[in-house]
Formats: sequence, structure tokens, C-alpha cells
Amino acid sequence: MEYIGIIIVAIFVNNVVLAQFLGICPFLGVSKKVDTAIGMSAAVTFVLTIATIVTFLLQKGLLEPFGLQYLQTITFILVIASLVQMVEIVIKKVSPPLYQALGVFLPLITTNCVILGVAILVIQKDFTLLSSVVYAVATAAGYALALIIFSTIREQLALTKVPKAMQGVPIALITAGILAMAFMGFSGIEQVF
Amino acid sequence: MLLSLLFICLLAAGLLAKVNDMTEKPISDAKALKLEEAIKNVVPPFDNNPVNESYKVATEKGDSLIVYPAKKGDDVVGFAVNSYSDDGFAGNIQVMVGFDTQDNVVNYAVLAHAETPGLGSQMVDWFKPQVQELSLIEKIFGFEIKKTETKSSIIGKSPGTTNFSVSKDGGDIDAISASTITSRAFLEAVNKAYAAYTQSENYTSTGATIVPEEDATEIKE
Amino acid sequence: MTKNIRILINGVVKDNPVFVLLLGMCPTLATTSSAINGMSMGLATMFVLVCSNLVIASLKNFIPDLVRIPAFIVIIATFVTIVEMVMNAYLPALADSLGIFIPLIVVNCIVLGRAEAFAAKNTVLSSLFDGVGIGLGFTLALTLLGVVREFMGSGRMFSVSFFPEDFGVTLFILAPGAFIALGYLVAIFNKLQRK
Repeated sequence: MEYIGIIIVAIFVNNVVLAQFLGICPFLGVSKKVDTAIGMSAAVTFVLTIATIVTFLLQKGLLEPFGLQYLQTITFILVIASLVQMVEIVIKKVSPPLYQALGVFLPLITTNCVILGVAILVIQKDFTLLSSVVYAVATAAGYALALIIFSTIREQLALTKVPKAMQGVPIALITAGILAMAFMGFSGIEQVF
Repeated sequence: MLLSLLFICLLAAGLLAKVNDMTEKPISDAKALKLEEAIKNVVPPFDNNPVNESYKVATEKGDSLIVYPAKKGDDVVGFAVNSYSDDGFAGNIQVMVGFDTQDNVVNYAVLAHAETPGLGSQMVDWFKPQVQELSLIEKIFGFEIKKTETKSSIIGKSPGTTNFSVSKDGGDIDAISASTITSRAFLEAVNKAYAAYTQSENYTSTGATIVPEEDATEIKE
Repeated sequence: MTKNIRILINGVVKDNPVFVLLLGMCPTLATTSSAINGMSMGLATMFVLVCSNLVIASLKNFIPDLVRIPAFIVIIATFVTIVEMVMNAYLPALADSLGIFIPLIVVNCIVLGRAEAFAAKNTVLSSLFDGVGIGLGFTLALTLLGVVREFMGSGRMFSVSFFPEDFGVTLFILAPGAFIALGYLVAIFNKLQRK
């Protein structure tokens, strides 16, 4: 039951993009087409899950026993950066079709704050390893949901007449605002579970 | 090539270790000060050190809350209880609730929360008596806009005699508008604090010695 | 000198990180529920930006090209951690309200972007001016957004009450208001720039 709560909250109530403001840059950058949005979501899900597990183990196994918590930010970002590189190399070797699909998004992920944000948040929230993984996957699902909905809206938006100053990012931001408003409707839904 | 990267890493780690050493004490001091300030704000004036005399009280749920007794001379003047709720809109809420010896809430302080800014975060002041703060346009044009009256204050009331739950649930306290979940969680934390300290053994012993006779009967009711 | 001044002004106006380059959107949206929070976040980022620009510009000849990016990240992360520790020690209330967005300065594209695009190619002095300029542009943008959201949402500006809170539109303090307010500000900036 606890896990269902975590999942519902992470996807709908506290959506990473629309309520917690993490990963906005790729949210605005790669949402012009549905295809790229799906690719980015898949890459984020993949890296986020692995990165959360690795950083969690690193925190509990290395930083905390030696009292090195102050190196958290620096270690986490280095681990994430090298992890992204490694994932890229492995995918390239193992599954070229997958690399074709995700390849271009992987380098962008290092500076996606969702990854580092979730890695730090699960430590702050004092989650266990299992709830951390559940939280990471649910957060990624929330990210995918927001990104894909948003990209479908933007595809439609590209066909409409928008005042000149509003074209591009401004109208996208306002659309995101309205989407965020819609997601606020989920507030309190977790109390049901 | 790798050597230079290693060198930069070592330099960075060394620098951080140094800064960590330098800021460790100020950080713990700041935390201790925050706790002391919170206690000072929620109980009547005292002259002992409540942090040193604090003790734990078990709750019904099986965990425990920390109670800080405030004394003036040898008399107990109040208790500050560090209570919490996990049912806030964004999870955990930590509050410090102060009671006087008649069980009334003297004041409270929110120690930590992650509630929505502008909505749930209003709990920091919401449950205190409303202050009529004049805004700039009211000052300039010299009129006053009447604010909506709420019966939201818990100050000076006792959870024993007043129903500390939101009016929507049949209680006597008005919830923060659009933040019922936060309000419920906050009041839960206050009730928990009250239950914990009234049920502690320490309460009956100290309570009996300092509460005047006529008040003692009132509390029993 | 005039060149450096131009770099500084470019950072604030022509290359404004928020309104023109559209970088660093996460802290821009997340920490601007009040003017003071937005300004503090901007200043913290500015500090990291100036320091990392300075260090990277002075070390650029010692850092091999291949390990450039990891080296930059280490340098940036070091300054971010310093900011985090100092804030926790001396401004605990502010550290609480900015929360996770302080460590996340590390992944703010502006900082790494300026390191890569400017500091790695220019002199220490120009890099300093670039850091101050971009940092100032970021701080001004965040403060402006914070002022707009706080004013619309609660009738206050830097905690000074302008009209009673009851008339505020709470939406502007909440998440959707952040997107909408920034959207309009970017549109206005676009319009003004085009003239």
C-alpha cells in the first residue's frame, strides 16, 4: 500500500515537471514532436532508475560510513556523468537499434536536474532502497506523462496562429501553466489510498 | 591527462573538507539556536535549560515525542512538545507546541514542512490570532478593508476543552482555505503533542504540585 | 575595458540567461514564489558562476581537452557545495526555503554553459565580467519574476504589503502561476527586444 501511495503522488500529485519544476529545460527543448518526447522519456526512465540505485548504494555504503556527506553533490554528479557515458557505450555495443532511438538524448541527460534531484531527494526523504527505486520509476513515469501530453499539445499549437511575441517558448510556458493547473486537480487523491 | 583530473579532484576534496570543518560548528549552532528560539517562543518565560532537561514520552503509535519542560526557579511554568504529523500535503510536518500548566496552548512554531508555498505554508501564522496589518493602499487612502473573520486561532485554548479538528470534520477550528489536508495534519500534530504530554507520568506529578486547587478540579473534568 | 563593460551589459540584456537564452528554467520557476527567494537564488548562482568562471579561465591551459567537462563539473560542484554549507551555517532559514535547488545549481545549464562557451576560451578578466554580467542578468530575471508572482499572489513586494492579501490571486504563487507569469515576461521581453 505504501508503494501505491508513493507511485500516485510521484506521477500525479507532485509531478516532477509540473509541480516540482525539475527537468524543465528538456521539457521545453524536446517537446516539439511526440517522437522525440517519447525517446527522451525512455532515456530518462532508464538512466534515472540506474542512477538512483547507484547513488543510493554509494551514499549508504561509502559516504555515510566515512562521514563524507559533504562530498554528496560532487560524487553524485560525477557518478551520474560517468554513468551516462557508460550507458551510452554499453547500449551502442549491445543494442544498436536502441542506441539509434536513445543515442541523441543521452548526453543531454547529465544536465537534466531530474536525475540529480531524485538522487538527492530519496536520501533526504530517508527512503529504503526499494522505495527509492519505486519512487524513481514513478517519477520517470510522471515525467514521461507530462512530456508526452505536452508534446501532443505543442504539435497542435504549431498549427495555430499565435501573436508574434508569444510564438515559441512564451506560449509553450503558458500551455505548461494550464497543464499544471489541470494536474492540481489531482491534489489529495493519495488520501484515498 | 587522468593525472590532472585526479589532481583537480583531490584539490576539490581537500578544499571542501576544510570548508566543512569551518562550517560544521556554525551549522550545529544554528540548529541548536533554532530549537532554543522555538521553545522560547512557545512557552511562558523560563530560566532553566529545557533542552538539557528534555525527556521522551511514548505515544500510542509506538514512537516517542520529546518534551521540553520550562521552569522558573523550581516551578514548572509550561511544556514545549516537539510533535509531528506524516499526513501533510507534502509529507512530514514538524511543530513545537507550547502548553502552560492549565493545558492551554501558549503558542506554536512550525519547525519544518514542505507544504505548498502560499497555501499549506500559511499554517505558520494561520492558527495564531489574526493580526490586522494595514496594506500600503489602505495607509495611503486612509480606509480599511475588513478581512474575512475566521475562528482559526488555537492560542489560549486547550485541546481538552476545545475540539481541535477542522470545522469540516465537526471541530472548532477553521481550516486554511484550500488547504484542509495541511490543516488536518497540523491539528493532528497538536493533539498528538497534547496527548503525549498529558499521558506522561511526569505530567501528573509536576502538574499536581503546581496547579492551584481550584484549577485542578477544572482540569479533571 | 570598454570590451569588458560590453560583455557585462550583454550578459544582462542581449544574452539574458532567462529571457533570451532560456537556460536555468528549473530554479527560475521553482524558487520565485517570493521576490526575496528569487533574488537569493540568483545571487547564489551568480557566486558559483563568477568563481567557476575565474578558476576555469585561469586553469584552462592545465586542463587537457579530453577531460575538460568532468574537470569543469568538479570545479562547479565544489563551489556549489561551499555555497550550500555556508548558507546552512549562516542563513539556515533561507537554505530551508531554497531547499534542493541549491545543490541543483550544479546542473544549471548556465554555469556549465558559460564555462564551456566563454571561460575556457577567454582571459581571466573577461571571464570575470562575463560571470558577473550573466549572474546579474539571472538575478534580475529571478527577482523580477519573484516580484511579479509575489505581488499578484499576495499583494506584497519584498514582504511589504501593497494591498490586502484577500485580493491576491493565489494561483500566481502556485506552480501554474510560475509558468504563466514567466511566459508573459518572456513575451514582453521578446517584444521590447524586437523594437
